[in-house]
Amino acid sequence: MIDLNEWTYSKIVMEHFRNPHNILSENEKFIPDGEGNVGSLACGDQMYVALQISDGKVKDIRWLTYGCASAIASTSIMSDMVKGMSLEQAYEITPEQIVSALDGLPEHKFHCSVLGDKALRAAIDDYLKKNNLPNPYKAKSVKIICECKNITDQRIDELVASQEVRTFAELQEKTGLGTVCGKCKAKAQDLFAELRHIHGFV
Amino acid sequence: MAIESEKNEGERFTYLDNNATTPMLEQARIALAERLLDGNASSMYALGRKSKAFVEDARKGFAELLGCVPDDVIFTSGATESNDTVLNIAKRLIREKGGRILSSAIEHPSIIETLKRFEADDGVEYSLCPVDGGGRIIVSELEKELVKGDVVLTSIMAANNETGVIQPISQACDLAHRHGSLFHTDATQILGKGDFDFNAGGYDYASCSAHKFYGPKGVGALVVRSGRPYYPLLTGGHQEGGRRSGTYNSTCAYAAGIAARAAKADIRSEAGRLAALRDRLREGLLERVPDISFNGNPDYLVPNTLNVSFRNVEGESILLMLDFEGICVSTGSACATGSLEPSYVLLASGTPIEDAHSSIRFSLGRENTGEDIDYVLEKLPPIIERLRQISTRGRK
Repeated sequence: MIDLNEWTYSKIVMEHFRNPHNILSENEKFIPDGEGNVGSLACGDQMYVALQISDGKVKDIRWLTYGCASAIASTSIMSDMVKGMSLEQAYEITPEQIVSALDGLPEHKFHCSVLGDKALRAAIDDYLKKNNLPNPYKAKSVKIICECKNITDQRIDELVASQEVRTFAELQEKTGLGTVCGKCKAKAQDLFAELRHIHGFV
Repeated sequence: MAIESEKNEGERFTYLDNNATTPMLEQARIALAERLLDGNASSMYALGRKSKAFVEDARKGFAELLGCVPDDVIFTSGATESNDTVLNIAKRLIREKGGRILSSAIEHPSIIETLKRFEADDGVEYSLCPVDGGGRIIVSELEKELVKGDVVLTSIMAANNETGVIQPISQACDLAHRHGSLFHTDATQILGKGDFDFNAGGYDYASCSAHKFYGPKGVGALVVRSGRPYYPLLTGGHQEGGRRSGTYNSTCAYAAGIAARAAKADIRSEAGRLAALRDRLREGLLERVPDISFNGNPDYLVPNTLNVSFRNVEGESILLMLDFEGICVSTGSACATGSLEPSYVLLASGTPIEDAHSSIRFSLGRENTGEDIDYVLEKLPPIIERLRQISTRGRK
């Protein structure tokens, strides 16, 4: 058979793209307990997630997405998955879980379009912050990127979000990341590009 | 009908991506089928001689369309090979006597990516002329580079594939010659749509692909003015007078020659008809869809192309929604390029990055009718409205 995979979306992706679930409609009065917003129009992808939370669980969710079919479908399926989950479970949803629920995505779509989990975590962070609640999930999900200099993904995230660093070279200058053994450099560069994308910088 | 066969019974199929490829002309399809049992056009016996005669007939057809003498036409596999061949000639000249290549920021990847490769592999220097906000090269900027006196080859496309903007190649060619540079144009997107005359323009080299003017894929030409520097890219055979080795593709060349003659014969009537359809699409969109903008200077467009940005909606989503309705278009969004960056052509032409992600290119062709335009104007507005409802619309 001819390989059509490069541009072929699964049936599930197409269903969610054509009929996305849990969209925030203009007329609906959905009062959120937490909101998250990642990406930008300039990046080509932007997701907004609004959560209603009760008893430490996601009671309901609404979202909006500017993006391609896989961006829309991945946010839609994530919104189905997360309903009824504890905040801890919701926080731990990974892009891999979303992609697997979608029955796969073309490889080149994986990084750029699956931002739903990030918008979800941003909404949970927002809820906890607004209510002066501790955020044990954020600390738990932290990953060390550069072992030599002990630089975490969250530290890089903060530096990107605040625009304290705008280029990878600036990041290295600021933190010393990847300047000792250099093993983490390729992975860190990918993460840096992805975080720039998530925070809406091109 | 080649493209119509994709259609299921009872479903509409509306092909508006003719800058990507065109459905083969019926006469060309018939001719191609008749030539499937051709001999080798280099063989001495009658079968081979007959195949060679069909190749030479096609050469004349190409010469008529391009406005050159038949002997200047070298058949290739298409414009990419033709472009690569010309850049390779420039590379050889630079190796012998120094200098650099001048091109533009909106050329096809077969020019720009090849220049990047030449620079990385062989240290070949090149400059890319910027374009204005309407997608036209800035001639004064081109001149600034040319006056330095070290440009060996200037390569500027005749019309851009994404925006449809016609470039001032005649002017660019005169300037290039005045400053001692050879001039090449990638004429792929102008043939059959707008005026092109190789001899009148005084160009040294020109590239084209037959499948952009209703001929078969896999065949095109490089036109080389007699006496201009030439080095073959493909070697090892005597075909095309040693200028391009490889068994003659007499089957496709013959069909392409028929398409070339038809493109030449119909250019006036087709250009007018397509421009009227394109303007109807443009006016209809303006009436029915708010917050849209058009890319490319409307005063210099080939008649078949309309590039539109739909604010707050991402291009691939629009493309796929239209595909569900049997409408084929293309987009300059990053999703379509498989990277994070949208169309470099639109960005170079001053289109804001948000609008580049939201761009759709309609490119009309011979088979389109007013009904096709009405169908798009019926299907597209609710798609944009729906996608805008689910869009973040750039909220902070």
